[in-house]
Amino acid sequence: MTTTLNRCNDFVIKFANVNGSGSASANELFARSILRMGVPVSPRNIFPSNIQGMPTWYEVRVSEAGYLGRRGGCDMMVAMNPQTWTEDLKEIVSGGYLFYDSTRVIHADQLRDDIHIIGVPLTQLCNETWSDPRQRQLFKNIMYVGVLSALLDIDTAEIEQLLAEQYKGKEKLLPPNKQALHLGRDYALQQMDCSKIGLKVKRADKVGDRIFIEGNSAAALGCIYGGATVCAWYPITPSTSVVDAFQKYCNKFRTDPDTGKKHYAIIQAEDEIASIGMVIGAGWNGARAFTATSGPGISLMTEFIGLAYFAEIPATIINVQRGGPSTGMPTRTQQADLYSCAYASNGDTKHVLLFPEDPKECFDFAAAALDLADQLQTPVFLMTDLDIGMNTRLCAPLHWDDTRQMQRGKIMTAAELEAGKNFGRYLDVDGDGVPYRTYPGTHPSKGAFFTRGTTKDRYARYSENGEVYVDNMERLLRKFDTAKKLVPQPIETLCCESAGASGTSIGVIYFGSTSPAMQEAFDQLQAQQVFVDLLRLRAFPFPDSVFDFVARHSKVFVVEQNRDGQLRNMLVNEGNLNPAKLLPVLHYDGTPITARFIVDSIRKQLQLAPALPSHELPITQVVAGKGVKS
Amino acid sequence: MTYIAKPKLHHPSLPKNERGYTRRDYEGAVSTLCAGCGHDSISAAIVQACFNANIEPHRVAKLSGIGCSSKAPTYFLGGSHGFNTVHGRMPSVLTGANLANRELMYLGISGDGDSASIGIGQFVHSIRRGVNMVYIVMNNGVYGLTKGQFSATADKGSQSKKGITNADSPVDLVMLALQLGATFVARSFSGDKEQLVPIIEAAFQHKGSAFIDVVSPCVAFNNHTGSTKSYDFVREHNDAVNRIDIVPHAEAETVQYEAGALQDVLQSDGSVLRLRKRHLDYDVHDPIKVMTYLHKHQALGELVTGLLYVHPAPEDLHAHLNTCDKPLNQLGERELVPGQGALAKINASLR
Ligand SMILES: Cc1ncc(C[n+]2csc(CCOP(=O)(O)OP(=O)(O)O)c2C)c(N)n1
Ligand code: SF4
Repeated sequence: MTTTLNRCNDFVIKFANVNGSGSASANELFARSILRMGVPVSPRNIFPSNIQGMPTWYEVRVSEAGYLGRRGGCDMMVAMNPQTWTEDLKEIVSGGYLFYDSTRVIHADQLRDDIHIIGVPLTQLCNETWSDPRQRQLFKNIMYVGVLSALLDIDTAEIEQLLAEQYKGKEKLLPPNKQALHLGRDYALQQMDCSKIGLKVKRADKVGDRIFIEGNSAAALGCIYGGATVCAWYPITPSTSVVDAFQKYCNKFRTDPDTGKKHYAIIQAEDEIASIGMVIGAGWNGARAFTATSGPGISLMTEFIGLAYFAEIPATIINVQRGGPSTGMPTRTQQADLYSCAYASNGDTKHVLLFPEDPKECFDFAAAALDLADQLQTPVFLMTDLDIGMNTRLCAPLHWDDTRQMQRGKIMTAAELEAGKNFGRYLDVDGDGVPYRTYPGTHPSKGAFFTRGTTKDRYARYSENGEVYVDNMERLLRKFDTAKKLVPQPIETLCCESAGASGTSIGVIYFGSTSPAMQEAFDQLQAQQVFVDLLRLRAFPFPDSVFDFVARHSKVFVVEQNRDGQLRNMLVNEGNLNPAKLLPVLHYDGTPITARFIVDSIRKQLQLAPALPSHELPITQVVAGKGVKS
Repeated sequence: MTYIAKPKLHHPSLPKNERGYTRRDYEGAVSTLCAGCGHDSISAAIVQACFNANIEPHRVAKLSGIGCSSKAPTYFLGGSHGFNTVHGRMPSVLTGANLANRELMYLGISGDGDSASIGIGQFVHSIRRGVNMVYIVMNNGVYGLTKGQFSATADKGSQSKKGITNADSPVDLVMLALQLGATFVARSFSGDKEQLVPIIEAAFQHKGSAFIDVVSPCVAFNNHTGSTKSYDFVREHNDAVNRIDIVPHAEAETVQYEAGALQDVLQSDGSVLRLRKRHLDYDVHDPIKVMTYLHKHQALGELVTGLLYVHPAPEDLHAHLNTCDKPLNQLGERELVPGQGALAKINASLR
């Protein structure tokens, strides 16, 4: 007998489509309509690295509790791709739903008997209504949104409103879209008993003023607000949309309406080596510059990154991480470039990394990276990933303080030089390891210096003297120490604050896109009487509070999305820690980590019985994570 | 090796240019290159050209890659900011610097290894982008700094000091530059200052991508018989198509000349490049004819030097990008940051 789910505002629905079939906008319409009903959603695109004809999935998690991580499993599959039928069918939880296009007859042995089957002859209905093949294809997608609106109780007014917004200025397209929507909806209402479906959406008030944006767009906006004027890049998934968005916002905000002249320059370079070279040239010459890339691009940039480190030139590098090594999994997510970025280059180097958890922090940290690069005169990496970068995420609204000024760092001006201030390019005047620089062209007779990757003395004069070299290298370490105070500090969430428990000896360190899954795992663990304290790292160098946190706990789990425990090893090295104290939780199959995975892994390592699958936990027991301490 | 600054003792009677600078103001540190290295002569030519052209030293940004040639910027224009980047990648750094501040003058110095081997991609792309710069390759046909390996500009059949014969075809950077749309292309010889100095001056005046290939013998590794980049070989095979005089704007209209042997090229800044033609049929405005001419003479084993091609009204990268006149590195919050008001609107559109 098939069980029936009873899940209101808490389920996962997945759309299996064929790339190029125009389903993306219909799927997004579906997700947004739920959002407009005040229920948080988190959609994820799962796509292969091919352009046309290959399978793609769009997975939407609906969670009134506000969990935005991937849950795992799916309660309803909208199976529109015959190619992946068998695989898709398997993914549905027992008692869940399969929604398919019943124009094509499916034999019973191609189905499962522990799930509910919903067939709608979408192709047939479309073919009866439209004659143009492209319309038939596109409206089929809108039709299934109509069917779903009936099945799940989604307010059609919200969908119509969204369509009206989408086709603003192209009103001709609105009526056929509405027609398709209602064709699907009416079919469902007339042909089935929609009230029997155990997945429902009910209006709630859980979205608040949050916005729905991709991390890459938010990072691009951060670069706009951070005052970046030069962008040099080379196309690579999943970072390309950073520059697309930067271009879009530059068109809007950075073009003089009277003259059409541009307050920015974007160069699509011939490769990543040239793109970072341009960023370094612009940074040397006093402009704020950035590049956006992914792992393979970083590999190519490393010689230049070493130059920027040693010659002390600001550069902002947005690394939207994907599965590696090499081409790896170009369209899957990972957090596996920590080593290659933190220590990029030959020789002893250490670079500043920032780890945003969501689009909001992509915005904040992109602007911060531009400041930090100038303040520290060094490369700064914004380490996002495909999961944050290319998925639309619900996050706090973006905010800018209008009194904020760009931190341009230590620049000696012509007036200061004229007044006789001592200028030595690599002099540590303030003891913080950060020297003063002059922009080229500053003064007719003072302040010019030679920038080079070879070793030099405090006055930028070439010198291979060992002591001079060591002096310089030590100053660079002092500068890195200064960075600790300037980077975004870690955020702790202590279990005792939210659950009234009396403290715990177990800590968990995590960062970046792991955040939503970790918050959910925290709540689940608590519901299962497993108490942990959390520390969300937001930057490298690791501030001292990270090592305090480790010291205060007897066991510390380090959760990350790579095979080798890169963060864990960096913590061990940088903090001179006992490796046995840090327990790895590693997820690296290319899909975003789930709360279930984290909970299971922690329970297993604590030698506890396996946990219940997360979606089988009664929601009432789950306490949303609060008690954030900064 | 240590840095040796030249004593800044100015002889009171040293002549000054219009900006009040003496020739010494254009010098740099004492060279550490081998005595007789062609690169030092090119440095001296740069010093002379900048003096003649009344360039303010601090308004020049000099960038280079890696190699003996790329060390040269230390030895001239001590008052300008310099940047010795990484091997073969000077053009991208120069491009970025140029984007940041369009008001400075950009001088890129490179070697034939630097530009024709590891850096050929960046060479190609900076030229096709039309970066406003003077790009000089000190071309000796070998890797000097790594002690004498053939570079990609070494002629087929030429011999290394160790007696190895080069079997590969050479990359001709002049041909490439022409094909890629450089708007000023010249070739010269480090041993011919009279020809080289005005070419560099003219290149500085040119408001586009100016490329100069200068054959510059390496006395340590490539100055033997069998080399086609030795002093003797170049002197014997140099076919100079022209020599230039630079006629400042004010004088341009008053100077009379003998038709045929002289050709005036009016520059966009109003000054005139006066070509004293050696070959009356040579046309510096027609890249196709220029390429044919070069091919023909290359087949004869001759090295064609002079101002080979010039576009009188060049466009540069900033024109292509339509960037504002104010240097990008001088824009402040007001021009760059749309403010919380705009952000609130963006937020509203994302719900
Ligand atoms: C990435 C990298 N590879 C190799 C080198 C070693 N290297 C230094 S200079 C040079 C060749 C320079 O030749 P060229 O540009 O012709 O200059 P020259 O010394 O002849 O003036 C090489 C291969 C390097 N510095 N960096
Ligand atoms: S090795 Fe050759 S190129 Fe280098 S300094 Fe000596 S002569 Fe010049």
